[in-house]
Amino acid sequence: MNPGTLKQILLITDGCSNQGEDPVAMAALAKEQGVTVNVIGVMEQDTIDEQGMKEIEGIAMSGGGVSQVVYAQSLSQTVQMVTRKAMTQTLQGVVNKELQQILGSTKTMEDLPPEQRGEVMEVVDELGENVKLEVLVLVDTSASMKHKLPTVKEALLDLSLSLNARAGNNQFGVFVFPGKKKDVEKLLDWTPQLESLTSIFPKLSTGGITPTGPAIREALSYFRKKRSLRSLLSRDDEQFFEESM
Amino acid sequence: MMMNSSLKNLCKVQSGTIIEGKWHKNRYTIIKELGFGANGIVYLAQFHNQRVALKMSDNGMSITSEVNVLKSFAKVQGSSLGPSLIDVDDWTVRRQTISFYAMEYIAGPDLLTFIKQKGTGWIDVLMLQLLSDLHTLHEKGWVFGDLKPENLIVMGPPPRIRCIDVGGTTIQGRAIKEFTEFYDRGYWGLGTRKAEPTYDLFAVAMILINTAYPKRFNKSTGGVTQLQEMIRRAKPLQKYEAVIVNALHGKYQSAKEMRFDMIRNLNEPIKHAQSSYRKGSAKQPIQKSRQSQHKRKGGWLETTLIVMVISILYMIYIYGQIG
Repeated sequence: MNPGTLKQILLITDGCSNQGEDPVAMAALAKEQGVTVNVIGVMEQDTIDEQGMKEIEGIAMSGGGVSQVVYAQSLSQTVQMVTRKAMTQTLQGVVNKELQQILGSTKTMEDLPPEQRGEVMEVVDELGENVKLEVLVLVDTSASMKHKLPTVKEALLDLSLSLNARAGNNQFGVFVFPGKKKDVEKLLDWTPQLESLTSIFPKLSTGGITPTGPAIREALSYFRKKRSLRSLLSRDDEQFFEESM
Repeated sequence: MMMNSSLKNLCKVQSGTIIEGKWHKNRYTIIKELGFGANGIVYLAQFHNQRVALKMSDNGMSITSEVNVLKSFAKVQGSSLGPSLIDVDDWTVRRQTISFYAMEYIAGPDLLTFIKQKGTGWIDVLMLQLLSDLHTLHEKGWVFGDLKPENLIVMGPPPRIRCIDVGGTTIQGRAIKEFTEFYDRGYWGLGTRKAEPTYDLFAVAMILINTAYPKRFNKSTGGVTQLQEMIRRAKPLQKYEAVIVNALHGKYQSAKEMRFDMIRNLNEPIKHAQSSYRKGSAKQPIQKSRQSQHKRKGGWLETTLIVMVISILYMIYIYGQIG
């Protein structure tokens, strides 16, 4: 069974969007194209307002992903947990589809007796270890996020540490919104390591608006661009690159 | 760590509630909540005439995955790795399905509470027990993963340490499933999150440090420098320094090796501790220091003797190999 590459957008924000398209609709669009959207709400001592909370849950729900609101201190643990949970969820979906083909009904893993569920779980576990993963991180850099950015950087480094312990291949990209001139700005191109963030992150400037919807749309198109670029590269080139490292 | 509020509400069960399994029809009466983690809530429950621990979660995947680990532990003869598994089932309530499993109830205080009650003299014994168990677990191809004092219960008497939460237990070579920052070598910048025996041994070293700092502490500079500084600042930790630092660096390839080193390292200080205890020497600092000097000399003699015996044995062995 080959589930292909898992694609995720990870949105890290602290509140409500106030410009451009509806982020909930954009997340639904992502889901339609096979990209899961996960959201992490970062809060201070005070809690996020109800409207922000609603938006965070809404984006994750329509994006087929996981959402979690946390204090800045526990961001690292949450980022890796949310990503893994979403991975398992997606893989479970893949396995369920496979099960339905075999069992020829609307059965899912939950309908199996616990004894058989264990064997299916082993398959999901193994896929989770070996599947290719692409995570596009979208960081909200509106003014209120400014002093949380060092924590966000730590959390992202931690994420690459967790995921790179897997046997499967990982690719990360990082976008921030709002950008200097546009709604969204690319900070880091697809890379298996996030270490280079350490030098880029401190230079970030923060802006006033929060164009979450446009940010998700842009991120989505980036997944597409990547695919077309990939198809241009032949396999040999990649191998040569790896060997020359 | 925050838990999903929906999970908490969904799995919140009043004491006296009867949980009936959908598949096996076993009935459990909830007595009280024992604790909760990121992946579910554990209850104490009555099942026929025995008390069992019941773990529930709205995330059926994590329940299934933990059951897989416990089943594999059950195949290890006469082991005390984790609680023994009694039953796995689903409970349908308010048209929703909650997965649960019943396991042996391991009664007792957690590691740090036990040490607080019974004294630091127990640390050595409990750590040696833990390392034995970890060795067996590693031999079977697993890594415990989320090793921390809250997951270690001291049963007894006689006191016996037991690991209770297998949520982080991972097949060797894979990525660690679940961890807690303070005990995670990745967090301290001292290694990967690949499931290897050295990952657990790092956590054991951090648990030792934790016994002197029950409230833990945050990462400042990170790395071995900060941890070594914390060891030096806590007097009770100094006798373990060499062992802890080795484990932090991942120098022990197996739990057995670390255990062996710990015993060797402890032989001398144990004598010292006993003698000072007998004399009630807290009030007699001068005598104590003189005594410890004396003991140290004895220790040297012993070490030389041991080294000599080992080298003679080694020579005999080499001779045997050649012959």
